Parts: sequence; C-alpha cells; structure tokens
Amino acid sequence: MTDMTAGASAAPKSSLLAQDERTRRRNAAEARFKLYGVIAITLAIVALLFLMVSIMKNGSGAFFQTFVTLEVELLEDKLDKNGNRDPAEMAKVTTFGYSPLIKDAMAKVVADNGIEIDGLKKPEDLISKEAAAQMRNFVLAHPEMVGETRPFEFVASGRIDGYYKGRVTMESAARDSNISPEQLQLADALKAAGALETRFNWSFITWPDASENRPEVSGLGVAIIGSLYMMLVVLALALPIGVAASIYLEEFAPKNRFTDLIEVNISNLAAVPSIVFGILGLAIFINFAGLPQSAPIVGGLVLSLMTLPRIIIPARAAIQAVPPSIREAALGVGASKMQTVFHHVLPLAAPGILTGLIIGLAQALGETAPLLLIGMVAFVREYPAGPPEGLFDPATALPVQVYNWTQRADPAFVERASGAIIVLLVFLMVMNTLAIILRSRFERRW
Amino acid sequence: MNDMRLIQRTVDMHETKIRASGVDVFYGDNHAIKDVSVYIEDKTVTAFIGPSGCGKSTFLRCLNRMNDTIPICRVTGKITLDDEDIYDPKVDPVQLRAKVGMVFQKPNPFPKSIYDNVAYGPRIHGLAGDKSELDEIVEKSLRRAALWGEVKDRLAEPGTGLSGGQQQRLCIARAVATAPEVLLMDEPCSALDPIATAQVEELIDELKQNYSVVIVTHSMQQAARVSQKTAFFHLGNLVEYGETGKIFTNPEDSRTESYITGRIG
Repeated sequence: MTDMTAGASAAPKSSLLAQDERTRRRNAAEARFKLYGVIAITLAIVALLFLMVSIMKNGSGAFFQTFVTLEVELLEDKLDKNGNRDPAEMAKVTTFGYSPLIKDAMAKVVADNGIEIDGLKKPEDLISKEAAAQMRNFVLAHPEMVGETRPFEFVASGRIDGYYKGRVTMESAARDSNISPEQLQLADALKAAGALETRFNWSFITWPDASENRPEVSGLGVAIIGSLYMMLVVLALALPIGVAASIYLEEFAPKNRFTDLIEVNISNLAAVPSIVFGILGLAIFINFAGLPQSAPIVGGLVLSLMTLPRIIIPARAAIQAVPPSIREAALGVGASKMQTVFHHVLPLAAPGILTGLIIGLAQALGETAPLLLIGMVAFVREYPAGPPEGLFDPATALPVQVYNWTQRADPAFVERASGAIIVLLVFLMVMNTLAIILRSRFERRW
Repeated sequence: MNDMRLIQRTVDMHETKIRASGVDVFYGDNHAIKDVSVYIEDKTVTAFIGPSGCGKSTFLRCLNRMNDTIPICRVTGKITLDDEDIYDPKVDPVQLRAKVGMVFQKPNPFPKSIYDNVAYGPRIHGLAGDKSELDEIVEKSLRRAALWGEVKDRLAEPGTGLSGGQQQRLCIARAVATAPEVLLMDEPCSALDPIATAQVEELIDELKQNYSVVIVTHSMQQAARVSQKTAFFHLGNLVEYGETGKIFTNPEDSRTESYITGRIG
C-alpha cells in the first residue's frame, strides 16, 4: 500500500513492450483455460472415435453373410405324392420333408467336386436350418417347379459364417458341438469350388428376427417397421399437442399460480425416468384402455407422453426468443393476437421448435426402457400390416432389438447387435442432419 | 383543391379527435398516470414531452389500447375517439388499432419483404380487393412515407435489410397503409441520425394533412419544430397543455419552464 502511494509519483514509466506481472498472469490463465478446452474436446473426439470404430468393427460384419448355392432336385414323390399340384395338399409337407432334399443336394455337390475329407459328418449342417423353410415357401409359391432341379442360394449356418468373419477357428470348432473342423474344411473346399461366397447382405435390414440358434437369418425388418410406426405416432401426437401447448402457455395463458404450477410440472415431467412412463403406459393404455400388447400404437403413445415435455420446453424457449417488438408491430397494425402468433411469432420460432422436435424424436427413437414394460420386447416374426391396422400388430423396436440380441448366447448375435446399433445411429444421424437443414432453411435474420 | 383544404383546415383545427378525461394508469401498485385529461385535435401534430419515466409513452399506448397486452396494467377513466369510448367492453382493440396506427421507438419491420411489410395491414383488414389494388396501396403508402423512390426497385428484398432511417420510414408506411385516422409515434426518431430525423419530421408535417398525429419525443427542438400542440408530462401528471408556441415561449407552470430551460429532466 505504501509502495503504491509512494510509487504513484516516482514510479518508472512502464513500457508497452514488456508485459507486467498482472498481464502475464492474466494471459497465463487464459492460455490454461484454452488448453483445458482443447483437452476436453480431444477427449470427447477420442471417445467418440473409439466408440465408432469398435461398433463399426463389431457390427459391419452383420451386413455381410455367407451363402451356399446348391442344385436341389425338387423330388415329386417327396413334395407332392399325389402329383396334382394342389397347394393345400402340398402345404401338408412340413419343413422336415424338405430337409432330406437339402441333404442329398449337399452330398451331391461334395461328390461332384471330388471333395474327400476324412471323418466328415453331416455336411448338410453347413446350411442354415432356415433353408428348408426357404425352399418350402418357394415350392408353395411355384408348385409347377416340382420335379425340376434348380439352384437355390441358402444362407450358411452361423458357425460357417463366423468362420469367414474370424469368429470361429479350427481350434474353437474342435471344442464346439455345433461344428467340426472337417465341416470347416468342407466349407473351404466349397468356397474354392465357387459354391460358397460371403457377400453384402441387404436382408439384415429386411428380415424379421430369428430364433436363438439361427442368428444367420435374423434381421431388423420388424424392428425398423415398429420404430417407424412409433415415430409416426409420436410425430402425429407430440408435434401438434406440444406446439399448441407451448403457444398457448407462452402467448395466451394468463400468468398466475396455476400456470406457474403447470410450468414447473412440465419441467418435472421432462426429468421423470423413462421407465416410469412405461409403467404408466402399461397401466393406462394396456390394462385400462385395453389396447394390445407389443403394439406400435401403445409404444408411440408412451413415447409421445415422454417426448411432449421435451418438445414443449424448447418450443417455449423458441417462442420466448422472438423479440417483443415484432409482436408490438403486428398488434400495432391491427393484427389480432392469433394473427400475430401465426403470421409472425411462429415463423420466427419455427427453427427452434423444429430442432426441439427432432431432438425429442431422436430421443424417443433410442428409448428402450418404457418399451420393455409394454411388451415390445417380444419375439416377433410376423411383419406388421400396413399403417392404420399395422399400428395394432405386434412389433419390436430398434433399441429393443439391440437389447434383445445382446442377451442371446450365440456370439453371432453380438455382431448382429452391433449391426443394429449402426442402423440406429444412421437413423439418428439422418434425423439430426434433417434438424440442421430445417433450421438453416427456416432461419430468418432481422 | 388547395382552397378547399385551406377552408377545411381552419374548421378542423377545432375538431377534437380524441378526448381523454380523468385517465389513471396503474402498473400493479405503481400509479403511472394520474388523472390526465387532454383533447387531441384532428389534422394536428400533438407532441408529448417530459423527462424519462414521466408516463408520456404509457399515456400514448392507452390511446390505442396497446397497454392491454401488459397483464398488470390497469387503465381507468374515459378516452373517446370521435365520441366513442374506446374502453367500452363492446370495442374490439383490433378494430381500434386499425383506426389508430402506431410507430414505435425502435424500427421494427417484419422479417419479410418490403412489399409484404406494407401489404400486411391491408391484407388482414381486407382493404384491397385484388393484387393491383394492393400494389396501389403499397405504392401510395411508400410514397407517403417518402420511401418509394429508394425501394421501388427492390420491393421483394427483406425490410430488415434497409438502413435504420429507411426502416423507420417503412414502419411509417406500414402504419399508414391501413388508412388510420390517428397516428401515434413513440419517439420515432430516437434511433435515427439527424438526416433521417429530418426526413421523418418532414414526413410528419405532411401526414398531418390527413391524420391526427401524436408524437412522443425527448427532443424539445423536435417538438417545437413539428407540433402545433404540446403536452408536458411530469411524474405522471399532465402539467401543461396548449399551443406549442405558447408552451415554449411563455409557459404558465414553473415546472414546464424548468424543463424547457433544462433545469429538470
């Protein structure tokens, strides 16, 4: 203190070329802060990259599948004993009736290619158990083909597929009761002969789920349709209700204790754990209203309830952010309250509302917990019907499918689950990109 | 035409457009306007002057019921427009605001094209039967706001892209387009530079031939330049109201004199 008073008169003139102590400390603090920021961003990017790489590495295999092409003779005395091609009669032959044909075709291909492997048992196990069903469906659709020999492309079994994706090795096959090293040798021989190949597989996206021991034919078809239906329900309900509620609360509602209470409760609802909404949906929509279980309509209703507060809050913020001068201008030229809101406030708030909406939808798309409680975790093989009725058909959802597959024993499902995550992420990325595009399209400057 | 207008003018000088009697305004517990009675003449520029927070803007906003939008604001007393009580429960403020236009302190054009800014009022009030009529109204309003020459080639460009002075004249054109009978201006030049201010003042002078103009201003020179009548507000009271020339040269109240000479405010 004394220094300062003394220095005031006698202090040497400070130079601009040399930093004084205070400036140095201030600059150092700023540099440190910037460094923290860079570190935080770097950590986030590294974590994201790690996640992406590991999912891609695990999941990309799900989009590739090993197929075996066999010439199968559709023996008439096995498939249509009476020879009158009556579909009803032919339908009586179950998949067990088709299995021997595949077995014969496999034996033939082994013999034709001169493949000799010591101790080879059950070469037909290279083919997925789904093959018989695939053939049966084909024959029932084309009864006239019976008696002919034609090529079929069958999915290879999960273990064979895993062999070409590095999941199964000769050593692990020796310990595995489902596959033997000899069968793997046969697979290699067939690959050399051109009867077996691994290629890109769109069916992963279109097929329905499959049972525990047929991972090779499980797909996301039903889950994608289920998720899509739920998103439609959420969009149809949450968008108009959410936007209308936020407009009313922001522009028309009187400000009193009651509206304050509503406001607090909307914020509270946004923080309620999503599984609670599942219990609510179970109690109201299924037990009370009697809607079917596992149906996208119920899932959509539950997700709408969950999403509503998450749409209302950003929508209200967007409406609040519209400058009051625009409202005054509109009222000043004699616009009614409603005209003011719809002609001026809403267009200006639209980008913010849309961003909130799409983020809400994306959250709903990724939500698993409430869906478990309303039965969407069920094993569904049937595709739901077209939109209006299909909303009431059983379906699953993408995140639930991921959850489901991660619980299954066969390691092939790990790959399927990662593949499903990739699909889910692609959906989310598309939605977020849409949000950004819409935002910039609607953005107006003033 | 000129003769007619001259004759008309002398008659109109005495015709009262707006009459306020015993108006009190409360913001919650705050008594913002205290028992103000004033009459505003047709085809005249009336200026409200006074220090900040004296209630002149609040009173101006009572005249077209803009205060209705503030929930805690309460207005008592009687204000009539052409002898009709504007606070009558039967009056729709929307209809009133079509008759009593307003220009705000900060230029606030809509984030739309220049054309749409001006056309908005006539559109919502159904003043134009078809596109050509609307075009005509837009052109006439922009001409009246002395903006037509500057913007006639870029009517489709956003109104927010104009300069501050142009924006304010656009707002005046927008207010004029609905063919109001009274034009309220709340410090219309406070955000403008002297050149733009001069343009707007010139405009106000022309507007008074058709409208009753009420202007709130902080600039006493402006009040002296543009107005025929001046009202001086202080702490919510209407201190003095009369001919502008008299208020500025020979005020009756000592507070008016102090304000005009710069001792309070």
